[in-house]
Amino acid sequence: MSLRLRLDKPWQPLTAETAQRLPGQLGVYQIADGQGTVLYIGQAGARSPFGLRSELQREFAERGPGCQFRVEVNQQYRSRWFELLMVHQADHGSLPVDNAKNPPPNLGRLSPS
Amino acid sequence: MDFEPSDEQQMLIDQVRRYVREEIIPLEAKLDPDASELPPEDFKRLTEKTKAMGLFGIDIPKEFGGPDIDIVTRVLLAIEMAQHRAGLYVPCYGTFGGAGLAQIFEANEDQKERYLYPTLRGEKKAFFGLTEPSGGSDPARAIQTKAERKDNGWVLNGAKIFISNADRAQYGIVFARTDASKGRAGITCFIIDSDTPGFHVRRVVHTLRSSHYATELEFKDCWVSDHQVLGEVNKGFAVANDRLTRQRIPYAAGCIGVAIAAHEMAIEWAKMRSTFGEKLANRQAVQWMLVDNEIDIRTAKHFTLEAAEKARRGLPFRIEASIAKLTASEGGGRVVDRAMQIHGGMGMTKDLPLERWYREMRIRRVGEGPSEVQRMVIAREILGSNLR
Repeated sequence: MSLRLRLDKPWQPLTAETAQRLPGQLGVYQIADGQGTVLYIGQAGARSPFGLRSELQREFAERGPGCQFRVEVNQQYRSRWFELLMVHQADHGSLPVDNAKNPPPNLGRLSPS
Repeated sequence: MDFEPSDEQQMLIDQVRRYVREEIIPLEAKLDPDASELPPEDFKRLTEKTKAMGLFGIDIPKEFGGPDIDIVTRVLLAIEMAQHRAGLYVPCYGTFGGAGLAQIFEANEDQKERYLYPTLRGEKKAFFGLTEPSGGSDPARAIQTKAERKDNGWVLNGAKIFISNADRAQYGIVFARTDASKGRAGITCFIIDSDTPGFHVRRVVHTLRSSHYATELEFKDCWVSDHQVLGEVNKGFAVANDRLTRQRIPYAAGCIGVAIAAHEMAIEWAKMRSTFGEKLANRQAVQWMLVDNEIDIRTAKHFTLEAAEKARRGLPFRIEASIAKLTASEGGGRVVDRAMQIHGGMGMTKDLPLERWYREMRIRRVGEGPSEVQRMVIAREILGSNLR
């Protein structure tokens, strides 16, 4: 049995309150605009002081209101982050707009079924 | 056998040790604790440095431009290269270069032009596709990927799992069954370009090793010409088997390197940390853990150098390679575990490299042939090859 490839939880509005309620755990997340177009796929790694909460608070501070987010708590945040980036590239032909500005080196290719 | 390093070997060991401590470890302090790659500018700078040291591509045979360093010395250097956080799976983040897959050196001239030389120039990367969902320890029986004759070539159908680098590679070596009636004599080795129609990297396989991940592959009516057969049809098993035996020696060396680094951390901590008014180093319980570490490391190092020395002399080294892999992966795991215990709560955190080594070292008891298979290999050798 394999894990689900895509992150398909419901979107939540990105606000100071919703970010504050997030766990301080490691994991991955997506940021989307109001229409659900994914803008950025991020990771909360071990250098994030409070994991997903810190990362999403930073995202809100930088982006302001109007965005949505969803998270996945995941100890394998690195490989899951690479996987989400590759799946997005396979589905849409390119990386999310904010990842494309600074893509990770040597990102691989997936052709998910 | 005398395993004391010669003056020349010691000079190289010191050179690599300095490189790890002065160049690699300081950079790691800025990276994610699970990172497996350096920023491109650092990678480029450090690769230039290893070239200037004359140690770039140390596993490349001399006739193909390698620096002509024997396998015993390479083991001693591999032990040094592994002594940092990412060192078990990505020693020095690949800045010493790679030799590519050993099998490609046996390719015909046309294949060497298309695959080997570009790989040595750093233009192409490869993956090794052997293990399948049906198993990896017994490839002769487990391989179910089929290759059937069609239009002066072969059509591959099947799946592979736990394949590293397949999503980033330009080509791979893939083993498939070409004659279902012949067991190990019915397996052929193919070179597959990763842009071949019908070749798919389906997903990342998430494991304890979070960064240097593996993938799952699917071959769906994937046609390749006869020019892509590596070696001879139905003789692929020997190609796989040779690689599996050889690979066990550097695999063991990596485990030893990490074990040494963990052991040194534990010694330093034990000398510094006090509990109940006494240094940990003065407590017998801790002393015995450190002694057991020392014994595990020395045992693994002895057997690994013995295997390397036999390989260097051109003697059979199958049993020695298995003993090396077994003692280094099992002993290395115990060393890291004890080092974590000595460090207490700090040993469990991502602040220190111990927790990453603990996770990754666990994989080493399974990868490149699990401990049980190594014991089977050794048992067959000591009890006679007819024992099946």
